[in-house]
Amino acid sequence: MPTDTAAPAITCRALVKRYKDVVAVAGLDLEVRAGECFGLLGPNGAGKTTTVEMLEGLVVPDGGEVELLGMRWARDERALRERLGVALQETKLADRLTVAEVIRLFHSFYRSGRSVEEVLEVVALGEKRDAWVEKLSGGQRQRLAIACALVGDPDILFLDEPTTGLDPQSRHQLWEVVAAFKRGGGTVVLTTHYMEEAERLCDRVAVMDHGKVIALGTPRELIASLGAEEVVEFALGEGAAPPADAALAALPGVTAVRRDGSRYTLTVSEVHRAVPGLLAELQRGGVELTALVTHHATLEDLFLSLTGRHLRDE
Amino acid sequence: MAYWRPLWQLTLSRFKEQLRQPEVLFWVFAFPLLLAVALGLAFRNRPPEVVRVAVEAGADADSVARLLNGSRGLKAAVLPPARAAEQLRKGGVALVVVPGDPLLYRYDSTRSESRLARLVTDDALQRALGRRDVRAVAEQKVMEKGSRYIDFLIPGLLGLNLMGTGMWGMGYAVVDARRRKLMKRLLASPMRRSEYLLSFIAARLVLLGPEVALLLGFGVLAFGVPLRGSVVSVAVLVLIGAMCFAGLGLLTASRARTIEMVSGLMNLIMMPMWILSGVFFSSANFPAAMQPLIKALPLTALNDALRSVILDGASLGAVAVPAAICAAWGVASFAVALKIFRWL
Repeated sequence: MPTDTAAPAITCRALVKRYKDVVAVAGLDLEVRAGECFGLLGPNGAGKTTTVEMLEGLVVPDGGEVELLGMRWARDERALRERLGVALQETKLADRLTVAEVIRLFHSFYRSGRSVEEVLEVVALGEKRDAWVEKLSGGQRQRLAIACALVGDPDILFLDEPTTGLDPQSRHQLWEVVAAFKRGGGTVVLTTHYMEEAERLCDRVAVMDHGKVIALGTPRELIASLGAEEVVEFALGEGAAPPADAALAALPGVTAVRRDGSRYTLTVSEVHRAVPGLLAELQRGGVELTALVTHHATLEDLFLSLTGRHLRDE
Repeated sequence: MAYWRPLWQLTLSRFKEQLRQPEVLFWVFAFPLLLAVALGLAFRNRPPEVVRVAVEAGADADSVARLLNGSRGLKAAVLPPARAAEQLRKGGVALVVVPGDPLLYRYDSTRSESRLARLVTDDALQRALGRRDVRAVAEQKVMEKGSRYIDFLIPGLLGLNLMGTGMWGMGYAVVDARRRKLMKRLLASPMRRSEYLLSFIAARLVLLGPEVALLLGFGVLAFGVPLRGSVVSVAVLVLIGAMCFAGLGLLTASRARTIEMVSGLMNLIMMPMWILSGVFFSSANFPAAMQPLIKALPLTALNDALRSVILDGASLGAVAVPAAICAAWGVASFAVALKIFRWL
């Protein structure tokens, strides 16, 4: 556990990484406070994994500097590795070792850590301790990966896309493990393209796109930056002329209008005023409504408003 | 934390992984035995075969055939000329006798069984017609253990096995770990790189004893292959060979990212040695110009040394040169591999 909770756990300044002709990370400044869960949210290709691997000391930056727990990779690699836990994206661990054997292997690398049994319990894999890795489900494998990251009793836990491809139940189980780690005082750095994950787990989120941070703050602050907390989505039928964007923007409570073909997204501060106004406007123009949905604004909506694109490819 | 603990756990894990893969067990233990049995049976020592010749039909053919058939170990048949030529071509007979004055022998002098047939046939014919020996001779038939094909083969198979398991064991495992990002994950922990590589070598050594004992033991017990050299000498050579090929395997795998690439490289390196290094037949069969190259290959050196020790009872000192060649390959391979190794 860090003794000085005032000093940041991780700082990086002007971090740059280039691959051939692509700039994966284009000058990143970040600060992660001790004991917080910090999220990097962005679509595939945003540079999240590259950034995290530079923080983990697995990739050498082309520019900028990284400092963790007051130490640097070039000088203090051995000491740093003892205090970090890492779960990479898509690692396949040895297929024909048992869960307990894998955890014991990782346990042997650390000067001090938590026992195999303790870690098995934390990730709820106790009953699978003697099962071969190849027989585990996707969710169980991810929990094993986290177990291996936790066995050294780290100060900072790095998780790269930990719940990608998992079913909702496995996802929730994993979130519980991360939350428990945080309650114990650890710091977490998480990358994800699931906005719900960022909103649920993270104290602060950095939204990334094309190698840069385009927004930074608590999930609440970020959503509030949209100017309004609600979103109204609707679709129009064929036929009559659709209303002008300006007319929609002028409706009561509407702060932003976005159109994608015949689907509209309105950012709205008060649903109960905006929707009647919308219906009246459409009736005036004789346009038919084929769908109408409202929801609380999410980070997905924030990303959409900042970049015009979705977080997820699907 | 003792330095040994991660090394021990890594070695143990690697060892368990190997044992839990049936394919590994097959290639390491069963394959060389199967090869030994199959080849040993195919090339087993047999009593000398009867020499077959054809006599072209025509005048005197029958009397010539009768003369020849009077001799043991020779069998002559009268055949029409076309048939006789066909049999000669196909190997059904080793020589064709054409009666006439002079008697004609038709045969392929580049084939050893034809040369033999010519000698035996002429001797039988001349004897039947009255040739007498000038000098009395006696015979003593000897069959030395160690001069059969199976005796030649077993040390060769041992060397081949050391090469195969050494290179594949190291090479495949390393590339697989790299490809699955397992290597990256391990390096994100405090594990040291030296521990990682040493564990591969240690795991290799553990299986080495049973592997060698099985093949040599089988050769000695089932085929009566002599083991004239000291067991210690054999053990030292086996160790040098295993380490040499572990090094070569590491070198081959040092930068490959995919299984396809490392497989291709391995085959490229091993195939020439399968053929040239005297595993299945003596490397002396190749032209003299190629011999320096052949002798420099690690498997040739290993096989030569193994044969000298196992079959001729040579001491380690006597095989110092081939042993050193093998060791040098190992050391150089390790050194270069470590320099160019792609860790992440």
